[in-house]
Amino acid sequence: MKATAQIAINVFRESVRDKVLYNLVLFAILLIGASYLLGQLTAGQDVKIIKDLGLSATSLFGVFIAVFIGIGLVSKEVERRSIYALLPKPIYRYQLVLGKYVGLLLTLAINVAVMAVALYAVLLYVSSGVPEIVRRGWDAPALDPALLKAIGLILVELMLITAIALFFSTFSTPILSAAFTFGLFIAGHFSADLRNFDQVVDSPSAVRLARGLYWVLPNLAQFDVKAQVVHGQPVSLGYMALASGYAALYIAMLLAVAMYVFSRRDFK
Amino acid sequence: MSTPALATFDLTKDFSIGFWRKRPYRALDRLTLEITAGEVFGLLGPNGAGKTTTLKLLMQLIFPTSGRAELLGRPLGELSVKRRIGYLPENPYFYDYLTAEELLTYFAGLFGYTGREGRTRASRLLDQVGIGAERRLQLRKFSKGMLQRVGIAQAIINDPELVIFDEPMSGLDPLGRRDVRALVLQLRDRGCTVLFSSHVLGDAEALCSRVAILARGRLIADGSLSDMLAFKARGWELVVAGIDERSVPVAGSRVRRIVQIGYGRYAFELPLEPPPEQLMAELTAAGAHLVSLNPIRESLEDFFIEHVTAPDVTSIRREVAGESRP
Ligand SMILES: Nc1ncnc2c1ncn2[C@@H]1O[C@H](COP(=O)(O)OP(=O)(O)OP(=O)(O)O)[C@@H](O)[C@H]1O
Ligand SMILES: [Mg+2]
Repeated sequence: MKATAQIAINVFRESVRDKVLYNLVLFAILLIGASYLLGQLTAGQDVKIIKDLGLSATSLFGVFIAVFIGIGLVSKEVERRSIYALLPKPIYRYQLVLGKYVGLLLTLAINVAVMAVALYAVLLYVSSGVPEIVRRGWDAPALDPALLKAIGLILVELMLITAIALFFSTFSTPILSAAFTFGLFIAGHFSADLRNFDQVVDSPSAVRLARGLYWVLPNLAQFDVKAQVVHGQPVSLGYMALASGYAALYIAMLLAVAMYVFSRRDFK
Repeated sequence: MSTPALATFDLTKDFSIGFWRKRPYRALDRLTLEITAGEVFGLLGPNGAGKTTTLKLLMQLIFPTSGRAELLGRPLGELSVKRRIGYLPENPYFYDYLTAEELLTYFAGLFGYTGREGRTRASRLLDQVGIGAERRLQLRKFSKGMLQRVGIAQAIINDPELVIFDEPMSGLDPLGRRDVRALVLQLRDRGCTVLFSSHVLGDAEALCSRVAILARGRLIADGSLSDMLAFKARGWELVVAGIDERSVPVAGSRVRRIVQIGYGRYAFELPLEPPPEQLMAELTAAGAHLVSLNPIRESLEDFFIEHVTAPDVTSIRREVAGESRP
């Protein structure tokens, strides 16, 4: 277990020294900051747009980080042959996969936290000048703690996407892994539509295929509660728990397969 | 002490090659080998012989098609065994973003040497392989030979009982080679078993108690150097000067080879029998004077050439000898 932690820490060190990460985080924070300008344009009516943009930026850049770092985690070790020195150390191969995953989660969690702080900072700044009367008309307070629910589910989704990226990268090239992961990311956001495919198409075989895909593809839309949170509608803890449980199960399956594939692989 | 440090049993590896129609390519063919604890063992062979394949199989970087192997008396893959082993990959490469110091500290940590102990070990080993202030540089800025040194350091960071080096001398300058030779002997004196691959035969001759020679995936010889090479004269090399070309055929069929070294200066390679005196007398009579007469002893290189690449190498030599004729 100790070895897994050490590998994870090394991944974290690798990613904080990666310029790509800084660029992505910087860009995300800029975007959150820029949402302030948009908020100005709509004459301080509401902070909805800032919240919406801020959450979207957090999620989008999180996905970029998860995919671009996630696909390289294992494949870079193989490509650059550093794995030849690492695997003979007293570790099991599965620990390498697990350590890489945990390390990237650590990176992601910190990044999401930074972006969340940036979002709250912008919200605080924007709302501080707004009179009490106006604020009372808003659907939700500016510094709404419910935002954390949306951010939490974004993090859960990122965990799942990281697992997908890692899964592909244990047996495929970085470019293919990125393509597959983004493909699944997009498909995953529409997979809920597949359930109601029979209302659109008659062909029974197409419907069966759609049903099959619905069960196999990750359902990512459920992690998106931005709209509810921004409009001050409640998101129950039960819902959050269910979504997280679904993600945990999916992640466990992906990691299990990734570990199995990786343990049997020849590093020629 | 009776369990061997390393043993392979019919170890075989097929790679599949070909893009469209995959077909197996046998890189290692039923290798059975045993290395006694405490010895320095050389795995020799020309390029593509299967040396790296063998070592990677032992490290479980690749898995055998058939056959098996044991390290320190245990089947491969057990952590308790991995803890007692060191490995230097061929042309090692590490993480760009780490410094040499960080890399070694990281690897020391994987062996359970954490905190201060890990850092002490890291810096002691870097001293040992001659990496000075550069240890604070990121590894992306390291030269090939410096990386090789770091590779050697990481291979012995756990004071292993068995070290496996894949071409330890590769990329090193003469000083580095000398250091590695000294290090291997030092490891041996500490009781560590050393297996290394090389195609530099001089290294094997200087270091190994036993060697194995691979060619085209097959073991073609293995044993102690003194058994393998009859360290006795197997012929004579006679060098004479001052004869003109027309007298050379005097030597006739009694010589194995004639090489012209310079103008009027020839080297004759003679078999052990008959004794060289007769030919010497005839050549002297033709106006030659003797430069040297030396016994030819079999070296590892001869052995190697004889067993591995005999036809190609002799033909190259003949061409060279032919060209130098005026
Ligand atoms: N991944 C691979 N796919 C197909 N063939 C391979 C692969 N790796 C090695 N081989 C083949 O296996 C044979 C043995 O290769 P190996 O790397 O073990 O040689 P070597 O003895 O280490 O040579 P060198 O002295 O050049 O390092 C070679 O013919 C090589 O072409
Ligand atoms: Mg090799």
